[in-house]
Amino acid sequence: MATTDVVPQGAGGQLGRKRIVNDMSIQVATVNGSGSQSSNTVLLRAIFQMGVPISGKNLFPSNIAGLPTWYTIRANKDGYIGRKKEIDFLVAMNAETAQDDVMSLAPDASVLYDEPLALNKLRDDLIFYSVPYDKIVATVCPEAKLRKLVKNMVYVGVVAQLLEIEMGEVEKAIRKQFAKKVKAANLNLAAAQAGFDYAKASLQKRGVFCIERMDKTAGKIIIDGNSAAALGSVFAGCTVVTWYPITPSSSLVETMIEYMKDYRIGPDGKATFAIVQAEDELAAIGMVIGAGWAGARSMTATAGPGISLMSEFSGLAYYAEIPGVIWDIQRVGPSTGLPTRTSQGDILSTAFLSHGDTKHIMLIPCSVAECFSMASEAFNLAEQFQTLVFVMSDLDLGMNNWMSDPFEYPTTPIKRGKVLDKEDLTKLGGFARYKDLDGDGVGYRTLPGTDHPAAAYFTRGSGHNDKSNYSERPDDYENNMERLNRKFETSRSFVPRPEILKGTNAKIGIIAYGTSHWGVTESRDQLRSEYAIETDYLRLRAYPFTREVHEFIEQHDRVYVVEQNRDAQMLSLLKLDLKPELTTRLRSISHLDGLPLDARSVTDELSTMEGK
Amino acid sequence: MATTPAAEPKTNRIGLSVLDYKGGKTTLCAGCGHNAISERIIEAMYDMGVQPERVAKLSGIGCSSKSPAYFMNRSHSFNSVHGRMPSVATGAMLANRDLIALGVSGDGDTASIGIGQFVHLMRRNLPMIYIIEDNGVYGLTKGQFSATADLGSKLKSGVINDLPPIDTCGLAIELGATFVGRSFSGDKRQLSTMLKAAIAHHGTVMLDVVSPCVTFNDHEGSTKSYKYVKDHDEALQEMSFVPHFEEIDVEYDPGTTVSVTMHDGSHLQLRKLEEDYDPTDRIAAMTRLNEAHDKGEVLTGIFYVNTKAPSFLDMLNVVDQPLATLPESMTRPGKAALDAAMEELR
Repeated sequence: MATTDVVPQGAGGQLGRKRIVNDMSIQVATVNGSGSQSSNTVLLRAIFQMGVPISGKNLFPSNIAGLPTWYTIRANKDGYIGRKKEIDFLVAMNAETAQDDVMSLAPDASVLYDEPLALNKLRDDLIFYSVPYDKIVATVCPEAKLRKLVKNMVYVGVVAQLLEIEMGEVEKAIRKQFAKKVKAANLNLAAAQAGFDYAKASLQKRGVFCIERMDKTAGKIIIDGNSAAALGSVFAGCTVVTWYPITPSSSLVETMIEYMKDYRIGPDGKATFAIVQAEDELAAIGMVIGAGWAGARSMTATAGPGISLMSEFSGLAYYAEIPGVIWDIQRVGPSTGLPTRTSQGDILSTAFLSHGDTKHIMLIPCSVAECFSMASEAFNLAEQFQTLVFVMSDLDLGMNNWMSDPFEYPTTPIKRGKVLDKEDLTKLGGFARYKDLDGDGVGYRTLPGTDHPAAAYFTRGSGHNDKSNYSERPDDYENNMERLNRKFETSRSFVPRPEILKGTNAKIGIIAYGTSHWGVTESRDQLRSEYAIETDYLRLRAYPFTREVHEFIEQHDRVYVVEQNRDAQMLSLLKLDLKPELTTRLRSISHLDGLPLDARSVTDELSTMEGK
Repeated sequence: MATTPAAEPKTNRIGLSVLDYKGGKTTLCAGCGHNAISERIIEAMYDMGVQPERVAKLSGIGCSSKSPAYFMNRSHSFNSVHGRMPSVATGAMLANRDLIALGVSGDGDTASIGIGQFVHLMRRNLPMIYIIEDNGVYGLTKGQFSATADLGSKLKSGVINDLPPIDTCGLAIELGATFVGRSFSGDKRQLSTMLKAAIAHHGTVMLDVVSPCVTFNDHEGSTKSYKYVKDHDEALQEMSFVPHFEEIDVEYDPGTTVSVTMHDGSHLQLRKLEEDYDPTDRIAAMTRLNEAHDKGEVLTGIFYVNTKAPSFLDMLNVVDQPLATLPESMTRPGKAALDAAMEELR
């Protein structure tokens, strides 16, 4: 399988052009489970340490070992770190995919290959570099059984030499990667150095791509979205985490376990949290709801199939009004779909998850920094509105490496919402759980264990009146559902507002969300420079939609909604919210091949739809 | 004006009257075994002097699961979804370890739709009392068999059950529950004693209480009818319970009686009706339950008790105070912690 599907037009084959500095994509094709992850991380970090903006995306199979995997590093001086469609530099380590990988490259791309693969016979419009990995690795690694692992570090050295990446930075990255394992670090460093030396002595650089030191990454961090969400949840005061492993969400909780151990165990060795691996997603959400009911800040992380299983309980939580946070690291569906590929395909099903009339608050992070900050926002909203809050991340954000400014310490205090304690009850004499005293649709609750004879109430999914007593009266049901709607409407003013970027007198708007942001950001510049199309851009950060979303659509003749699913799910949600005359302004640009959205696809489609 | 002074209402050791443990008016059928179980729960909680506000009542869906509305109005209650009360109870106990979780389920809610969550609850030894109000049929949907219906048992319509029953007690013992027994809603003394001992236990208590359905499963041919259970009830022990706040005034004969010291210091005394039955022997318990099946007995009593096993909350090593109400100072690490995490990622 090739991961580049389009060969751009162009004469090609013309070597000796001007150097292209700090603008390239490097793809490493390996076999899953061959230990290439360390090498790829080292390469990524070395470029990052030279001050060049980067992103690292792992395209991996649903498999533990043996199937092909591709890691793509994008380095871009302008800070475009979405996926780039074209591969400029291929490191072909996997015999099984090497032919396809080479055939799908654009002319003038460079290929670094293992000598026995003899890939240079395949095409004459590419730049080939042959490396005898086995010979090189044998000289630096006397232990035969380690050679397979160290072999990958050799290409790091070769790439460093060919792209002019400083070996000092490669060494620094290796030392960081292997941390306290000095012996392993030394061995890997020797392998990288051997690759570098080989390239210097035996390869003649013919490509145009190179890395030069710049200053765009100073102070920045590299992290994946799941780790950022984990860290955010630790600092959000989360106390109960229940989960069931599912790709691509598992690493969120696994990382959280580590961070919790680091930061949330008291001097007496006791934990201020409980993390439970449940028997399935049904139990995971049940535990979240039980804990939320009893007053904990509880959360789970899952993916589409898990969301489906959580449907029944989500309706109960909506109707019984119980807080909880659910991270959906979206992947391709339906059903198992492509479990290791990215998607924004759970938007509609999550917005209305469950039976009867339900609707849920969704937060949509586009960056690792938002994964961190939205963790706190999600809990505050869940407790303020006594409801589930879904955070809609995706595989591209969750499992890939992103650079970011360091996360800011949360400035908003932990808000527990309308909870009455013993003293409040003594003053009030009692309370009605679902009575809308403040006109915002949100009632007051008490926690089990509150030591007051009037504290208890009966929580149920069955019809109830405002005192939470069982009721089948039509007016009780209707009043309750209308109040829940009022609560949802109130939340519009509290969910994160969209980010709006204006062009110059643009008539065209683009709406996108989540990781589509990165492709769209780059595409807007392409549209301007290549087609003279000016656009304004609104990035959604939450559902329900805020006032700004309506205004944005009203201000533009045509609004393109860019999303990573087939059925224009967010566009459909927008249509439900808009005045009928505005709905005709919406156009869909959808992307659904499981690969992260790239700018070129958006540019091509939007410019075509604009008749250019 | 009254001529005689009104008698002070009787109160328990924390000064509450039995009325403080009452619930709403039942909407179950007259004569339903579940109502008797509610009464026994009220008595046991009153007798043990449990603060009602500390109790969290949890249930799934079904006739049984409606019953928490009919006892202990001063306790929070959560009537959740079908077959999944165990997870809700687990979450609640994670949030607040000071709660006394009392789960009420039915045979359908536990052994059919809920078997997945049930078995995992039993494995964890979460501190909670899990009662199955077991009548072998679905009442709310009008009398279909559940998975605890005995082989050969007959529905009102004449349909014969041709699948073997799931023995929830056997499952619970096998999987790690630390207090497992079976009783009968009509056996006031045995059920009361078992419930009091259950309150004193710290770990998963699983009580299967056969509770006839007077509307759909109390006829000739049913193995869960009042008559059938009375005729086939085989009690393992005669039991008495001395709570920790009372003196033991009767000496027991170690030859005929097993005394179990519960977590709170209470004593459960089991006078053997069968020679050499040791309720701390897991394998013997399993064997005896299998024998009962083969003989067609409705074996009741405390089959297994283990006061040594760590509870789920002990294993998680959480702080002593409820997680639910920890202050921000304990749940949000300081800025230095975030700075350290950021430094690692540079």
